[in-house]
Amino acid sequence: MIIDEYKKPQTIEEAYSILTTKKNSQIIGGGAYLRLSKKHISSAIDLSNLKLDFISETDDYIEIGAMTTLRELEINEITKKYFNGIISNSIRNIVGVQLRNIATTGGAISGKFGFSDLITALSVLDCKVILYKAGAVKLVDFINQKYNDIVEKIIIRKNNQIADFQAIRNTKTDYAILNVAVSKHTNNSYKIAVGARPGIAIFAVKAEGFLKTVDSSKENAEKAGLIASQEIKFTSNFRASAEYRQELCKVLVSRAICNINK
Amino acid sequence: MKIKLKINNQDKIIDIRPDEMLLEVLRKNGCLSVKHGCDTGSCGACTVLLDEKPILSCSYLAAKAEGHSIITVEGAQKKVEQISKYLVDEGGVQCGFCIPGLVLTVMSMEKELNNPSEEEITHYLSGNLCRCTGYSSHTRAIKKYLEEKK
Ligand SMILES: Cc1cc2nc3c(=O)[nH]c(=O)nc-3n(C[C@H](O)[C@H](O)[C@H](O)COP(=O)(O)OP(=O)(O)OC[C@H]3O[C@@H](n4cnc5c(N)ncnc54)[C@H](O)[C@@H]3O)c2cc1C
Ligand code: FES
Ligand code: FES
Repeated sequence: MIIDEYKKPQTIEEAYSILTTKKNSQIIGGGAYLRLSKKHISSAIDLSNLKLDFISETDDYIEIGAMTTLRELEINEITKKYFNGIISNSIRNIVGVQLRNIATTGGAISGKFGFSDLITALSVLDCKVILYKAGAVKLVDFINQKYNDIVEKIIIRKNNQIADFQAIRNTKTDYAILNVAVSKHTNNSYKIAVGARPGIAIFAVKAEGFLKTVDSSKENAEKAGLIASQEIKFTSNFRASAEYRQELCKVLVSRAICNINK
Repeated sequence: MKIKLKINNQDKIIDIRPDEMLLEVLRKNGCLSVKHGCDTGSCGACTVLLDEKPILSCSYLAAKAEGHSIITVEGAQKKVEQISKYLVDEGGVQCGFCIPGLVLTVMSMEKELNNPSEEEITHYLSGNLCRCTGYSSHTRAIKKYLEEKK
């Protein structure tokens, strides 16, 4: 990575103005992933002075600032308290404490990495990304569209969902070879997201539909796992084969559903 | 560009490139305990404390560290000797490459976690890879250190 100039703007307006006027400028969150790239950045825009590192709650939402580190997400009392701690659990095995003290929430979602544990977990919650110019965007839309904008924060509706996160890694600190998040609403409807396929998280809609019509027995959890593994597309890479990922999907989806219904 | 850093309690003004990583800047300024390991954010050998929290200096832009305080093994001799004694006694040091990063992470764990269980200790230290020892000697040593320090 080459950087020509490093800026720490004092306001988000200033940051946005550099981003949109300077060709090849780039927002820096923690910078931990960008530093692995071969990019030539004209202006690096560090958001550290914009007071975007916070986790707070209102009556209806949890709000997480874009510069909040993954370590803060892991240990914060608010993220541990809601949705069975899925936010905290999903990121606790990302490398080590030292990396999680650098990597930011904004960077983790803006990177749109296929292996992302946080995106899989947030996908099953009612989560919106708040962009400086575009305003509130649903997480799924944010993932699927391109924005030349700044993530200010994410907000998650406190809707009494229960949730569970599962992932398998070849070694403790490696990328997941599959990750799964499941949530259940009070109206008995489920959300099932499968990521690190190795592509980014997608929903197992047939399995979700199946669960809506049946009781919450272990057999039905296993059937839902089988349906999910058949409807989702997996591919191979040097970490795991598509076939192995498909087998894992059955087990992880069914395990997450069972945990939710315990 | 020029940045202000506090390295091992000394205020410094340092000339850096905008894309220079903290690891290189610290080594150029005499902190050779900070090890250049994988250089990809995976091994923990380059760990330093930034405002008392452990970070990977290979993955942290020096420009980002402007105005912050950094501690390396050179600035924490007394504590390092205390912890290292337990590591040596338990056979937890072979080539020694991982030790500076490990010791600094233990220092921050001590502050953050109250009476940690073995699971909490190994989770906290999971980002410090060691190619020699197999980890159980590290865990034994750190448990003993925490126990006897009480
Ligand atoms: C060695 C290593 C191992 C990892 N392992 C895992 C893993 O197992 N699981 C996992 O889920 N993740 C993993 N990650 C990714 C990590 O969790 C973060 O997602 C990643 O480091 C990006 O966060 P960052 O703050 O460093 O972002 P940066 O590197 O600063 O930025 C990443 C991208 O996001 C953009 N960006 C950053 N902040 C904003 C913002 N506020 N608004 C708009 N754009 C923004 C940047 O311009 C850039 O394009 C790993 C990363 C590393 C370096
Ligand atoms: S050298 Fe920094 S993590 Fe390996
Ligand atoms: S003692 Fe050699 S890497 Fe740990």
